[in-house]
Amino acid sequence: MSDELIWRRRTRQRDLMVWFCYLLAIALFLFCLERISFATEWFFVQDAPRVAADLGSRMVPPKWNYLRELWIPLWDTLNIATLGTLLAVALATPIAFLAARNTTPSIRFVRPVALLIIVSSRSINSLIWGLLLVTIIGPGVLAGIIAISFRSIGFVAKLLYEAIEEIDETQVEAIAATGASATQVMTYGIWPQILPTFAGVSVFRWDINIRESTILGLVGAGGIGLQLQASINIVAWQQVSVILIAILLTVVVSEWVSARVRHSII
Amino acid sequence: MSEPITPFNAADWRPPSFIESSMLRWTLGLMMAVYLSIAVGSLDVNWSRLAEGMQRGGWFLAAFTSPDFTSQSRDILLGLEESLTMTLAATVIGVLLSIPVALGAAGNISPAPVYLLCRAFIGISRSFQEIILAIFFVAMFGFGPFAGLVTLSVATIGFFAKLLAEDIEAMDPVQAEAIKSTGAGWLQWINYGIQPQVMPRIIGLSLYRLDINFRESAVIGIVGGGGIGATLNTAFDRYEFETAAAILLIIIAIVMIAEYTSSIVREKVQ
Repeated sequence: MSDELIWRRRTRQRDLMVWFCYLLAIALFLFCLERISFATEWFFVQDAPRVAADLGSRMVPPKWNYLRELWIPLWDTLNIATLGTLLAVALATPIAFLAARNTTPSIRFVRPVALLIIVSSRSINSLIWGLLLVTIIGPGVLAGIIAISFRSIGFVAKLLYEAIEEIDETQVEAIAATGASATQVMTYGIWPQILPTFAGVSVFRWDINIRESTILGLVGAGGIGLQLQASINIVAWQQVSVILIAILLTVVVSEWVSARVRHSII
Repeated sequence: MSEPITPFNAADWRPPSFIESSMLRWTLGLMMAVYLSIAVGSLDVNWSRLAEGMQRGGWFLAAFTSPDFTSQSRDILLGLEESLTMTLAATVIGVLLSIPVALGAAGNISPAPVYLLCRAFIGISRSFQEIILAIFFVAMFGFGPFAGLVTLSVATIGFFAKLLAEDIEAMDPVQAEAIKSTGAGWLQWINYGIQPQVMPRIIGLSLYRLDINFRESAVIGIVGGGGIGATLNTAFDRYEFETAAAILLIIIAIVMIAEYTSSIVREKVQ
């Protein structure tokens, strides 16, 4: 009976390996929890439900007439997102062409630089870019616009260069075979192929940027986040709830616009 | 009799426009131009402050050539440790919690009331930025990494459950049906009929989310949620550009490593 072979998915050795990996992962997770709980004041955490209920009761009813003061910050928010996206797209397009394997002037020298720009821009959150730019050029909408565009360059350029690498080379070759110059190959051979991606990515990023520009004010970079920060600082929770509702509506509208536009492009 | 051939004049040819209707094209263009002129006009730029800023920007760029890892190394290490532990723990907790939510939010396997409830939860947790969630959790749980942990976990649930639910909805129903026809119970049905189909996606998405959570953990500190963001904020406040440059370089390096490893793992499982 015991000699009978029973089907196993893995050999015994691999089984042990897999279990050992699980053990390591769980140990690592528990270690992380332990470090976090070490740095936590558990008294405050136990108090959290009461605080949450308290916060909730202070937020209602929303102070609706505060909405009147929010139109200008909302306009600023829209401008930060839109101008930031435009600037980002303008800067990202050449970078994408330099980063794409098939259009870069030099795979060995130019491409790594372009990729480095893309990665650095992507790894740093727009809020950190905002923090940095507010320190450098002072608080205001301009810092917000530049922060948004710096964060978006990497995103737009990455998706764009991937699209460039996936184009149909035969079309490019056909244009080149007519004796077209490099610019003509670009405008007639490559550009029409990536135009839908270009438009789609720009609108998609604009939608994300609306979201991000609502909070840039927390570090002083303009927009409705300034009001949020100010209201939190003076613990005016009834204003905070109005601002949150305004942000929520803006985000929903921008998402709807972006979905409609992308739907009609693709 | 054949039709007369109209001579083709190459000089008259224009490539087809992206937006076909010329009416729509011109209206959109005009609207854009009007909006841009108003928007740029409403910008209030303080040029003298900007000129002063250029100089500071130069210092900051120069700081990147001599980043200072040492003088605040204690704070940097502490912040990094908090960020990394927060990231890892929040990803695990978030993924574990989001699996039931995803099952509930997949229209093809869950009843309508559960579906609506889960979708509503996902919608709400996705519509607010991590940083706004963090402000509330910091107010509730006090300063420190616990607030960050909760923030990242909630944000992970919204992201992960949505994408996983979409993947479950796109699965092959034949396999799930086959398991069900053997008389399997609900758990067995999920475990043998559905889980194997979505497992590569779960692994890939978890790694992707780990990456996102690390980046987010760097900003949560700005509002008091613990992590490297707090250290970075302090460095900027004190105009210690060398230290700030060092922290930014560390963040970039970690994100690059994470992206590289996760792309290798994802290629293996998919």
